[in-house]
Amino acid sequence: MAQTYSQTAGNNAASLKPRRKRGWGGAAPYLFIFPWIFGFLVFTLGPLLFSLIISFFDWPIVGQVHFIGLGNYKSMFTDDPLFWKSLGVTLRFAALFVPFNIAVALGLAILLNQNTKGTAIFRTAFYLPSVISGVALAMIWSWVYSGDYGILNYFLSIVGIQGPDWLNDTKWSLVAMVVASLWGQGSMMLVFLAGLKGIPKDLYESASLDGAGVIRQFFSVTIPMLSPTILFNLITSIIAAFQQLTLALLLTGGGPMKATYFYAMYMYENAFKYYKMGYSAANAWFMFLIVLTLTFLVFKSSEAWVFYEGEMKRKPQKKMKSGGKGKTA
Amino acid sequence: MKKPLVYLLLIGCSLLFAAPLFWSVTTALKSQSELYLFPPKWIPSIWKFSNFSDAWTIQPFNLFLKNTVIVTMLSTIGQLVSCTLVAYGFARFEFKGRNLLFLVVLATMMIPWEVTMIPQYMEFNYLGWINTLKPLFVPSWFGSAYFIFLLRQFILTLPRELDEAATIDGANKFGILARIIIPLMGPPLILVAVFQIMNCWNDYLGPLIFLNDQSKYTLTLGLSQFKGMFGVDMQSIMAITCLISIPPLAVFFFAQRYIVGGIANTGIK
Repeated sequence: MAQTYSQTAGNNAASLKPRRKRGWGGAAPYLFIFPWIFGFLVFTLGPLLFSLIISFFDWPIVGQVHFIGLGNYKSMFTDDPLFWKSLGVTLRFAALFVPFNIAVALGLAILLNQNTKGTAIFRTAFYLPSVISGVALAMIWSWVYSGDYGILNYFLSIVGIQGPDWLNDTKWSLVAMVVASLWGQGSMMLVFLAGLKGIPKDLYESASLDGAGVIRQFFSVTIPMLSPTILFNLITSIIAAFQQLTLALLLTGGGPMKATYFYAMYMYENAFKYYKMGYSAANAWFMFLIVLTLTFLVFKSSEAWVFYEGEMKRKPQKKMKSGGKGKTA
Repeated sequence: MKKPLVYLLLIGCSLLFAAPLFWSVTTALKSQSELYLFPPKWIPSIWKFSNFSDAWTIQPFNLFLKNTVIVTMLSTIGQLVSCTLVAYGFARFEFKGRNLLFLVVLATMMIPWEVTMIPQYMEFNYLGWINTLKPLFVPSWFGSAYFIFLLRQFILTLPRELDEAATIDGANKFGILARIIIPLMGPPLILVAVFQIMNCWNDYLGPLIFLNDQSKYTLTLGLSQFKGMFGVDMQSIMAITCLISIPPLAVFFFAQRYIVGGIANTGIK
């Protein structure tokens, strides 16, 4: 056995070398990444280009295909009130969801980072809603929000408030949607928690030696040190806000009076209800441009408010730190 | 902050987050007569466990379960195999265009699925895959950017001396991956599997777009059909909601420490 093994191993080693010269060895990395290259071409780049192309066509799913140039884009802006309506709904949703999402996730992460007992249990409680599916989440909240039998209006009635029929009230349905979305913020909270754990303790110590209180420490140490994480979560939240579709489909169906008719839902209906594939592709590309622009603006602004420790010549600092530790030891 | 205040806030927020879940579980156990009461009853006077089996038979949920399990298994195996190969390729080889290609991998994470959704639908339609489970798991066999990134970062932390030692022992590149790298990749592979199982189990939009026949439905799609279905009561909806949430919750409890650690390592760029 041992003999045959070493023989084959020897053969392998011998046969590898000439192969490499013939170019097989050079192809090996491409063989390993081939699945991704294939998938990228077939499921991402191809569809991406194709969707750009069909956005210049009148492209029903059955029937004649016509090239109409910028026609889809033109009618989107000029004679489709639903386009403006849904864009407004999504922008309003994003304006509410993004700041609250960041605030809630950061607030919970800070609470979890206070060296209390039972952190794991609390962390689990905050993260659990993020584990279940969007459909389950929508079902649960449609029952919580029920005007007549819902638990929310029951609690409000205890303090003497007559709650509205949340999901059927044009004033409240979008807010209700934001709250339901905030319930599933768990992964963002975990990202913040990891960021908080990465802030060196001695920064807080020296801040409190300088007489900074809790609030001052939060704004002068926590926020600057956490700003790269905030940037990451800000961008993720913006993208998530623009893609929100499941909740709209299942909680309100876009109603009442299109008050929760999200842009993603508008796009979805154009494609799969009215089968206007070219038009829907134009909608999608417009949304892509908005998201890219917003991301770009956030990145641009981040130069002013994001603080990268690495750019402050971190290495000498580190040396000092370890040197200090050595002395005390 | 003062400790008592912190505890008070932690407990308060936990109750706030747990209340809707608790409310859905108790609703699932209520009998018809206690369902529509105001003020509502938190704890049902009789726990009607038969609600679960009754709800399960309103639609062919056994079939939906089978479909969901098939899709979840095939797509998870696909992700594990393809992402491991691709991550290894990016982490352990020098080749032309590597950095550019890896940048493209990362850039694909920025593309909203709405942009590629329609051509993908047309593509699957052309292949005759609409109304089959294939669109839901075949793409998983070609890697996904986030998982490739996650695994590559991990492989980069493994010392190259291991590879070199194995090369001297006569192992080829594939042998190194199979016998040296993969045995060390337990935690990140578990993380990929957990994320993929949850994503796939919980997916709604994929099945909604690609499936038409009830016989092909997944669990989430089956549950969503309850909405607006005549004569289906809230306790049935909540019963199914609870039942289909059990597997992701179980996976979460099993893998909690990997998830928390994994997000800590890769969440921030």
